[in-house]
Amino acid sequence: MSRRARLVLFAAAAAALAVTLGAGLAGLPSFGGQITSYARILNELAPRQRHVTDVVSAITFDYRGIDTLFEEFILLAAVAGISVLLRPLSDETRQLPQDKAPDRTIPPPSPAVWLLAVLLSSLLVLTGLETITHGTLTPGGGFQGGVILASAIYVVFLGTNYATVERFQPAPLLEASDGVGASGYVFIGLLGLLAGASFLSNVVGLGVTGNPISGGTIPLLNLVVGVEVAGGFVILASEFLDQTAVIRTRRR
Amino acid sequence: MSEAVIAVALVWAAASGTAVVLTRDPLRQAFVAGFFGLGLAFLYLSLQAGDVALSQIVVGAIALPLIVLLSLAKVRKGRE
Repeated sequence: MSRRARLVLFAAAAAALAVTLGAGLAGLPSFGGQITSYARILNELAPRQRHVTDVVSAITFDYRGIDTLFEEFILLAAVAGISVLLRPLSDETRQLPQDKAPDRTIPPPSPAVWLLAVLLSSLLVLTGLETITHGTLTPGGGFQGGVILASAIYVVFLGTNYATVERFQPAPLLEASDGVGASGYVFIGLLGLLAGASFLSNVVGLGVTGNPISGGTIPLLNLVVGVEVAGGFVILASEFLDQTAVIRTRRR
Repeated sequence: MSEAVIAVALVWAAASGTAVVLTRDPLRQAFVAGFFGLGLAFLYLSLQAGDVALSQIVVGAIALPLIVLLSLAKVRKGRE
C-alpha cells in the first residue's frame, strides 16, 4: 500500500474513531458527580443483608461471587501456563552456579540487610494475614492479602540467598495450596446447593456486623482465595527465580 | 476527598504514565512503571476506592516489577 493510501485510510479511521468516541464520552455522567442507583442500593442493602462493613467484599464474593470464581480460575490457568512455559527445556539443565574460587568464601549479606529482611518478612506475613482475615470489615481481602503473603518470600531472597529461599518453596505444598484454594471456592459454592439454595448463595450464619467472623461465606471465600493467590504467586516467583538462578543451557 | 487531591493524583498518573512510554531502557522503565503504579494507587485512594488501590499496590509494587526484573536478569545472563 502506498504512503498516500495509508494516510487516507488513517485519516478516515481516525475521524470515525473521534466521532464515535466523542459521542460516547459526551454521554458519560460528569466526573465524580453522581452515585449510580446500583451503588446506592448496594450501599443501603449490603450491611443489612450480609452483615459486612466493606461493601466491595460483599459484591465480589457474594452478589457477584461467580465472577470472582472465574477470575480465580484465570489466575490458576495463568500460573499453570507459566509453570509449563518456564520448565527446563530439552537443551537446558538445572544446575546451581559453580563456585570458581572455592578458597574465597562468598560474603554473607550485611547484618543490617539481614535484620531488615527478618523484620520486613515477618511484618509482611502479619499484614498479609490481617488483610485476608479482615476482608469483610476493611478494604482488602484474599487477593491482596495473598500477594502480600507471597511477597515475604522475595524479602527472604533479598536478605539471604537462593538456597535459603528454596527451603521455603516446597513445590508439592505450593501446587496443592494453589489447587485446593481454587477448588475450595467451588466447594463453598456447592454448600449453597446442599442447603437447597442456588450455587454460591450465602447460606452460612451471618454473625454480628463488625466482628471479624461475620458475613457468612464471605470470610471463608476470602480465606480460600488467599490460600490460592499466595500459593500461586510463590510458584510464579520461584519459576522466574529458577530461570535466573539454576536453569542454564546445557554445554555441548 | 477534596478536588485538589484528585487533581494532583490525575496529573501524577498522566505525567508518570507518559514517562513510562518515553523511557526506552527496560530496566529503568520497570522503576518508572512502579512510580506510575504508585500514582494510580494514589488516584484510586483519592476516589475512595480502597480495595482497588490495595490491588493496584500489590500488583504494581510486587508482581509486575518482579516479573520484569527477573526476566531482564535471565535475558542478560544469556547474552554474556
